[in-house]
Amino acid sequence: MDWGFIISALVKAGIVFGAAMTAFAYAGVMAERKISAAIQDRIGPNRVPLPTPLMAAVPLLGPILAKLSATFVAPLLNPVIKGLGLIQPAVDGVKAFTKEDYTPEHVNKVYFWIAPMIVFIPSVVILAVIPFGSTLPFGEIAGVDIGTQKMVIADLNVGILFSFGIVSLSVYGIVLAGWASNSKFPFLGGIRASAQMVSYELAMGLSIVPIFLIVGELNLSGIINYQAENSWLIAPYKEHLLLLPSLFLSCAIFTVAIFAETNRLPFDLPEAETELVSGYNTEYGSMKFAMFFMGEYIAMIAGAAMIVTLFLGGWTLPFGVLDDQATSIWAGLAHIGIFVTKVVAILWVMVWVRWMMPRFRYDQLMDLGWRTVLPIAIINIGVVATILFFNHVK
Amino acid sequence: MDRITDILNGLLTYNTAFYVFALMTLACGILVVTSRSPVTSAMFLVLTMIGISGLFVLLNAYFLAAVQILVYAGAVMVLFLFVIMLLNIGEEEERQWNKFALTTGSTGFAGLTCLLLLTIWRADLPTGIGSTTVGSTKNLGNLLFTDGRFLLPFELVSLVLLAAMMGVILLSKKEIK
Repeated sequence: MDWGFIISALVKAGIVFGAAMTAFAYAGVMAERKISAAIQDRIGPNRVPLPTPLMAAVPLLGPILAKLSATFVAPLLNPVIKGLGLIQPAVDGVKAFTKEDYTPEHVNKVYFWIAPMIVFIPSVVILAVIPFGSTLPFGEIAGVDIGTQKMVIADLNVGILFSFGIVSLSVYGIVLAGWASNSKFPFLGGIRASAQMVSYELAMGLSIVPIFLIVGELNLSGIINYQAENSWLIAPYKEHLLLLPSLFLSCAIFTVAIFAETNRLPFDLPEAETELVSGYNTEYGSMKFAMFFMGEYIAMIAGAAMIVTLFLGGWTLPFGVLDDQATSIWAGLAHIGIFVTKVVAILWVMVWVRWMMPRFRYDQLMDLGWRTVLPIAIINIGVVATILFFNHVK
Repeated sequence: MDRITDILNGLLTYNTAFYVFALMTLACGILVVTSRSPVTSAMFLVLTMIGISGLFVLLNAYFLAAVQILVYAGAVMVLFLFVIMLLNIGEEEERQWNKFALTTGSTGFAGLTCLLLLTIWRADLPTGIGSTTVGSTKNLGNLLFTDGRFLLPFELVSLVLLAAMMGVILLSKKEIK
């Protein structure tokens, strides 16, 4: 058993989980509120100041710190912190944890309890296969040879299929939540979720087959290496100029499917407030509701990371040395920075779309999935395969 | 410290993982049959699929493992659940032991067990599974499509599936124009 591998994997998993939770709180919740406020001409969260009184709880130095903070730091920083709502996510978290954890009488207790976990866990697990950077060559630190660390937790050779499989498991959480609630609106939400997820999973799977045809492997690091050597797969202008429209179409279909799989507007039919109260999570409150909430946002982050990895070059940037595997710590950190920036940009688009688009009707959603997106994805595969075949023959 | 490491190493070996997954598969499989509630049965079937997928991973068949979860746990079972919920099937009532069903069932079970044991007994099983025994997605694809040995059966199976699909559409259509 390779202990170095286990320890490095645990450390990476801890860092990625921490980063994902931070991204959930800030790139997700706070940005979502602020952007929606800007779009609807509101101000958004602007009331929570620095937690100065809490500092008094520090032993010995507490009162002095609190006094210092109240007289010097708070007047300076509070306008900014309040205005951006920077402390708001933390306060929301405390609220979710301290609220009464209420379980209604008529529910199926076992499924009611495990449903939020089934939504939350798969969305976190997907993050394990996504390469969030090239390498970090640590070398020897404090007498321990750490060596060069790959910036991915699990470099599976079927990475993309693994993540699709895990994504498809998270639907059970929503379906079971709807069923276990033993109440009409959650039930309808659960039923909708199961049909919607299965429909768009097909389109999602088929939309990336062209990538496999071009790259020739399922490993996500391999796909990024291909993009580093040639060009980003959203527009492969260097090697396959003819495939430009097809790959762009693939990217569009994949993005639509990610929206549907993560239940983002305009595809949030499972919890359509105007029709279903709050859909599958109507009967939930406090931390159990927060689990659904976190699961949804982390799935959104994972979806954005998938779009970036598959179509937008992952951690690469086609300028200078940024396309090569990192040989110094700084280059490695730059790659992580590039990846995070791209993911945040996609997340921003996702939030933006949510507040600009009206919700589909359920039959429109199914119609779009089965009669428009799916046939286009299949034809697209045929076109790409034919072009690649003739390229190969020539 | 060394002792702890030894024990942990022993626990994490290949065999232990095999027994854990095999036990999970079998136990969940039995629970599928014995559960009274159809939703519980379906959920245990999902766990059975996950156990089987774990066994595939131990055989280095990562592609099959991923597809097992993607297709069976992720799509087929979701549709099962969809139908169970849509038809609102309640808890099963106490079972009546039907003599005819009991005899035919146990005879069938005994026969299949004998057949399985005989096959395992006669088969020339390879000892030890190396990293190349089953291999990558590429090998699987080559075997199915490029080699040509399995191409015809593979395509024929897909034809059977297509026929089944058409049959369902035909049955569920109320009137045929």
